[in-house]
Amino acid sequence: MSAFPNPSAVQTKSVPTWRQQDAKPFVQIEQITKQFGQFTAVNSVSLDIYRNELFCLLGGSGSGKSTLLRMLAGFEEPTSGRILIDGVDMTGIPPWERPVNMMFQSYALFPHLSVEANVAFGLKREGIKSPEVNRRVSEILDMVQLGHLAKRKPHMLSGGQRQRVALARALVKRPKLLLLDEPLGALDKKLREETQFELMRLQDELGITFVVVTHDQEEAMTLATRIGVMNNGEIVQTAEPHEVYEYPKSRFVAEFIGNVNLFDGVVVEDERDSVSIQSPDLDALLQVDHGISCAPNQEVSVAIRPEKIYISREPVDIEVNGAMGIISDVAYMGSQSVFKVRLASGKELRITQPNVSREMGSRLTWEDNVYLSWDPDSCVVLMS
Amino acid sequence: MMSETTIDKKKHRLTWRLSELRLGRAAVILVPMLWLAAFFFIPFLVVFKISLAEAVIAIPPYSPLLQWDSSSAYLTFKINFGNYLYLFESRFYLDAYLSSLKIAAISTFFALLIGFPIAYLIARSGPTKRIILLALVILPFWTSFLLRVYAWMVLLRKDGLVNDVLMATGLIDQPLQILQTEFAVYLGIVYTYLPFMILPLYTSLEKMDLNLIDAAQDLGAKPYQSFFLVTLPLAKAGIIAGCLLVFIPAVGEYVIPALLGGSDTLMIGRVLWDEFFQNRDWPMASAVAVMMLIVLVGPIMYVRNSNKEVE
Repeated sequence: MSAFPNPSAVQTKSVPTWRQQDAKPFVQIEQITKQFGQFTAVNSVSLDIYRNELFCLLGGSGSGKSTLLRMLAGFEEPTSGRILIDGVDMTGIPPWERPVNMMFQSYALFPHLSVEANVAFGLKREGIKSPEVNRRVSEILDMVQLGHLAKRKPHMLSGGQRQRVALARALVKRPKLLLLDEPLGALDKKLREETQFELMRLQDELGITFVVVTHDQEEAMTLATRIGVMNNGEIVQTAEPHEVYEYPKSRFVAEFIGNVNLFDGVVVEDERDSVSIQSPDLDALLQVDHGISCAPNQEVSVAIRPEKIYISREPVDIEVNGAMGIISDVAYMGSQSVFKVRLASGKELRITQPNVSREMGSRLTWEDNVYLSWDPDSCVVLMS
Repeated sequence: MMSETTIDKKKHRLTWRLSELRLGRAAVILVPMLWLAAFFFIPFLVVFKISLAEAVIAIPPYSPLLQWDSSSAYLTFKINFGNYLYLFESRFYLDAYLSSLKIAAISTFFALLIGFPIAYLIARSGPTKRIILLALVILPFWTSFLLRVYAWMVLLRKDGLVNDVLMATGLIDQPLQILQTEFAVYLGIVYTYLPFMILPLYTSLEKMDLNLIDAAQDLGAKPYQSFFLVTLPLAKAGIIAGCLLVFIPAVGEYVIPALLGGSDTLMIGRVLWDEFFQNRDWPMASAVAVMMLIVLVGPIMYVRNSNKEVE
């Protein structure tokens, strides 16, 4: 999935704040609901975000993530519930009085002002004296490597440069909380990766808490200390990136983040530390190594990630956690190959394999008969 | 290696194509140029020529610039700068120009003051409401301008609707003299030219990205600050265009001051009319007209340059 190390794992060896029992949250979102007429955009969301986090709200369009962000910025008032930032209730506080700044998806740079005037805009509104304004503007522009473009107007900049001006403009006021709406959405892939690391570096240097809204799961996985997955106005799972990927709580999360193979089935054997599931799509029994608390014969889904399935031409034991099939499609993607394998039941599975060898000759190809198998601890049972 | 002749041929073909392109462009520009020449430049030259003549009682009522005396074989070429000198000598014309500029400037200011909120409202309305509001702005153009000014005369006169309403509500006990005052002239000009203010303002406000307002407020600007620091500067092109579209025709306005204004409302358009039809002094009237054009060239050039800057 993500080629980059998780920043939380790299930066802090100690236990991160959000895993500590008695940690005090920095941003508290309490039972927030937002309705537009009959439509409920955000439905009773509660969320704690801790100091120095880089929290990602991940969801599709219409999931309510942007509305939640706009409520944090103060552009929308919640219909019910409240938001506390650093212990202060934000209800009724207009955007211009909140210790929060936002980087807009479209960047929203003022077209009639130069780069430095754009960045200075917020400082001047605070009534800061102009030598101090100039010093802080040039400091932040150097930090985002735009010092040489200070006099330019926004329309004379490239997309990546505009993005950095927008970032500098939002950071220069040293907000308690920085909101980023799809910060990398408009950049091309290569620039996006660079900027991801740049964002992480800036966040680390400045010690500002970031909340990022994105629909791009890869972006969320790379950037975030924790991810809140949103669907239909609700947060369906909040967890660290690897946890969201490896232990999704629901079908929605499993399917939204990365690719997944899902088997619907019924529980046939429920032990304390393992459970067996029979699926009509599969001859073999599915055996999962973690117990679940459920009624016998309960209908569940089993999720297996494509990279966790072994594939080979040689026969292997497929009585449990295995299958036989025919390769119906192959996609060579450079670092890895994606295979689609059709089972006897007609079910198609997706399997990815790293391209360890350069040779094409021995590689699996169309119409090959293959044996699939996976480990009990690769499966996740999903109850919803 | 390519022989020189082929290169030359290619070069030749290229230059030929380029010249063809230039010719095409010239042809496209030629039509409006001819139009301008036929209906603006040549009439202007005629007016300019008349302005250099002397008034005589004849048909046409001005002296020729060139005169051929066949008996003495003299060709006389007579130019009269007297009309222009008189423009500067007489306080009357200067006052008329200044008064016109003053009335046009004040009317433009009020048109902007009234037009901006209307344009803002239209630009921020939903798509259906926007079409209706725009139609309401444009609709009056479907009736004759003269008719609408006459309608104002009916409304404003002593036993007109405005006075009736004011009397009925008890605000006044004597009908007000509204017609034939400077106020009526301002009212007429602002009313007539308001759409010319609203439409360019609307265009520039409608183009504006509303995220910019959010961004300004997010950075600490209170609503009035975001208006003066973001909305207003971004509407600059529309404000300039709208002001000129009102100001330029208002300076030379004749019908409105003649019908709604009193005898003391001095405007250069009326002076021009009087010179032409009352005094039958065509050369003087032409000199007034030429001078008016020169006065207006300043703002016209300004709008041209500021438009370039915006682009």
